[in-house]
Amino acid sequence: MLIKIAWRNIWRSPVRSWIIIAALLVGMFAGVFSSTFINGWMVQRLRDGVETETGHIQIFPDGYQNSREVSLYMKPGQLTGVLEHSAASATSPRLIVRGMAASAETARGIVAYGVDPDAEKQVLNLHEKIVEGTWFDSPYSRPIIIGQKLAEQLELKLKSRVVLRFQDVEGTLTGGSFRVAGIFRTSNTAFDEGHVWVKKETLSELLGISSQNCHSLVIRLNDAEQAMNVAGELQAELPGTEVVPWKELSPELGYLTELGNTYLYIFVIIILLALGFGIINTMLMVVLERVREIGMLMSVGMTRWRIFLMIVLETVMLSSTGGLLGIFLGMIAVWRLSITGIDLSVWSTGLTEMGFNPIVYLEWDAALVLSIALLVVATGVLASLYPAWKALKLKPSEAVRAI
Amino acid sequence: MAIITLNSISRTYNSKQVPVHALNCIDLSFDEGEFTAIVGPSGSGKTTLLNIVGGLDDPDEGDVVIDETKINALSGNEKIKFRLHHIGFIFQAYNLIPVLTARENVEFILELQGVPKSERKKRSAELLEAVGIPEKADIRPRQLSGGQQQRVAVARALASRPRFVLADEPTANLDSASAENLLAIMQELNQKENTTFIFSTHDERVVKMARRVVTLQDGKIKTDETS
Repeated sequence: MLIKIAWRNIWRSPVRSWIIIAALLVGMFAGVFSSTFINGWMVQRLRDGVETETGHIQIFPDGYQNSREVSLYMKPGQLTGVLEHSAASATSPRLIVRGMAASAETARGIVAYGVDPDAEKQVLNLHEKIVEGTWFDSPYSRPIIIGQKLAEQLELKLKSRVVLRFQDVEGTLTGGSFRVAGIFRTSNTAFDEGHVWVKKETLSELLGISSQNCHSLVIRLNDAEQAMNVAGELQAELPGTEVVPWKELSPELGYLTELGNTYLYIFVIIILLALGFGIINTMLMVVLERVREIGMLMSVGMTRWRIFLMIVLETVMLSSTGGLLGIFLGMIAVWRLSITGIDLSVWSTGLTEMGFNPIVYLEWDAALVLSIALLVVATGVLASLYPAWKALKLKPSEAVRAI
Repeated sequence: MAIITLNSISRTYNSKQVPVHALNCIDLSFDEGEFTAIVGPSGSGKTTLLNIVGGLDDPDEGDVVIDETKINALSGNEKIKFRLHHIGFIFQAYNLIPVLTARENVEFILELQGVPKSERKKRSAELLEAVGIPEKADIRPRQLSGGQQQRVAVARALASRPRFVLADEPTANLDSASAENLLAIMQELNQKENTTFIFSTHDERVVKMARRVVTLQDGKIKTDETS
């Protein structure tokens, strides 16, 4: 009966109730929309970062991460067993060198990766980001894959000649001439302008390192979420190496989701705080309007606890109706926009400079939405406390005669 | 046998620094099955007396004993529970729960008492029949006339089979025909169920039907007549 009374009480003043429901609906719609929008943005950045730039795990020789010394490399025997790990689905050994890429016009600092093109395709999806040319499928003896931004800076086109200069394993300045076979574009401009890919045997020849050796082994896992655990396990099995999961390879990626979630909770709590005051105001009016009724309820034998509960129930039902409707409508919008995406190309230059994709696909996070729903209910409960307390302070003999 | 005993009851309100003696050393008792009218001019203390008997207000001095329970010594929640099980209330302005139907209003008290659903339904149907509005069972108060609302209030007051019913000016908002109908119903219920009725009233019709009339003046008993 208490639930029935509370629910019917909401509709005694339908206009007032609808106003507060509408406010909650809009607030929660905004909460769900922005949470999934930001989540989508972060997840995309994370996915792009891990899938295109870092891979799930990389193994380096001990000390390489700090020194980046070309002479620090791993031999094939050091890495046996990695592929046998049940969580690893593919690996790609790399030679890495820092140097200069020069065209006829200008030069830029770059990191060059010497890779086996087929193996690299198994661990990263860079080959899918080729916008001109192909992923090493060219007639040139020394093909190079470069980013679009670097191509623009060096004024290079497909088939253009580019010279890489760096120090070999002995510390001697060396280099070679390459032909642009493919140009890629990712959502991260900084990445595009600073990294190039060449064939591993070419780089090994120039560096003076056997092509069997590598500076890094990129590992793709069956489940990216397992990266931390698998890295720990591999580290125990591979002495003399550093096994680094993606969160440590690119710490900013690891912080992205946490940062996004923190921002979202702050945003939603601010919305709910504002709405909470609206609910308190409404429920105070409700209590003031029903002083006589509350007095009667106390007179005929309804305990103060039940009256308190009735006001709390009414407030929670009112806020939950608006909140859950807003969340439901938000879910519909999210479902649609997770397919079509939101095109922010107008700001694409700024976004890609920061590594973000200008087309954002909203990403559903059930735990986040459930948290928002619980926050709505909690707001209802908290907002009801003061009006309910006011109701409890009424004296039945006076309240029952209130006008 | 007295079911309600008031021993030296006094109640003073401090209104704007001027003390108002609403009740002044009242000694009174009510027997089972009485049909009593408390009369007197405005400000004579009728409502205060009913409030104190009903445990809605506490006396400054004296005791109210109902069936050997000193109710002014009970805590707030104990008083609420006592009222639920022992006292029925009828208010001048009906004071029904507007979002419940007539039947639900009657059943509400029984639900507070924890009476099972089947029994609640049976009792509410029985009472709405007794007050002459069984066909209005599923109608909300707003759609009922004043007289019909007060009949629902009577049914609600009797739902829990209370020891006595306190009615504060029950006919004040009713037209003559509705008031007479209501009084006839209450008189019948008083005789049939042996429920004690205590009214505060200005209404001569109520006074004429009462078997006992207690007249208050300036917070004191002026007369106490039993016919």
